Amino acid sequence: MTLTQRIITIAVIAACTMLTRFLPFFLISPGKPTPKYVQYLGRALPPAVFGLLVVYCLKGVSLFTGSHGIPELIAIGVVIVLHLWKRQMLLSIAGGTICYMLLVQLVF
Amino acid sequence: MNHVKRNALRAAFPHTIPILTGFLFLGMTYGIYMRSLGFSAVYPMVMSLTIFAGSMEFVAGKLLLGAFDPIQAAVLTLTLNARHLFYGISMLDKYKGAGEKKCYLIFGMCDETFSVNCSAQVPEGVDRGWFYFFVTLLDQLYWFTGAALGGLFGAMLPFNTQGLDFVMTAMFVVIFLEQWLKEERHASSLLGLGLSLLCLTVFGADGFLIPSMLAILAALTLMGRAEWKKEVPTA
Repeated sequence: MTLTQRIITIAVIAACTMLTRFLPFFLISPGKPTPKYVQYLGRALPPAVFGLLVVYCLKGVSLFTGSHGIPELIAIGVVIVLHLWKRQMLLSIAGGTICYMLLVQLVF
Repeated sequence: MNHVKRNALRAAFPHTIPILTGFLFLGMTYGIYMRSLGFSAVYPMVMSLTIFAGSMEFVAGKLLLGAFDPIQAAVLTLTLNARHLFYGISMLDKYKGAGEKKCYLIFGMCDETFSVNCSAQVPEGVDRGWFYFFVTLLDQLYWFTGAALGGLFGAMLPFNTQGLDFVMTAMFVVIFLEQWLKEERHASSLLGLGLSLLCLTVFGADGFLIPSMLAILAALTLMGRAEWKKEVPTA
């Protein structure tokens, strides 16, 4: 690719990314009342999206090869236990991450 | 900086600390990756500012090495980033009234910024618009700084970072869990987790995103029919 072609490619990717972010705001004008269905989706979607994001993060984990997802499972367990115990977001995240790093660097 | 902004910055910063760690690291990884593909440090820097969608930027690196094909680039981007549509729908109300900041809030709405802004309880007395603005700005700064450092200085990290990227997974798990503890009914949480896992099993890691979104949308639409139809006047 020439430099111009590269610039065009980057611009296309940036523009399409922006399209996915701006589209709902374009379609629903702030002046008019938001349709009931969209309001409902706005309330009902976030919990499902958070679930989707967790799975999205773990999509590369293979249960049948390598470490079989065991480090991920243990570290997520640590995150959940820490969070239910202290309910300190940063502590849960740091604890789980350090646990995961120790597992993949020293054990698996 | 007046005290409204300073208060908002002070309230926003702690929420971004996990992202500070994750984005500096992942951004550096991205910068190093781009260098390994043969690009100068300018590429990761420019792309982290203009595209600002982590996973797409990695894919973009590969695309730039191939033959010139803007249609393919557009289709790939729309497919991978379609999940942003859900973020927009969820943030329609929250970003209302943010004024001229709104454009930047939407521009910078990556997975992590969306999750924090959607789930965080903005403290009493703190301006919501500025709170959202600083979360968005700090997150992009972290990502840009990481990408620049990685591109400029490469693999000069003084300690073994293997596994550090788990910080993002841990953050999403905590946000999911917080949501779970807050809500009365877990139907939406369970659907999101269950349908995504199902689609991942059926369609594999590269193709499960769009089927998952469609399945979630269909399930929520059917499930909430009573709720969103009741106030629509019937003929």
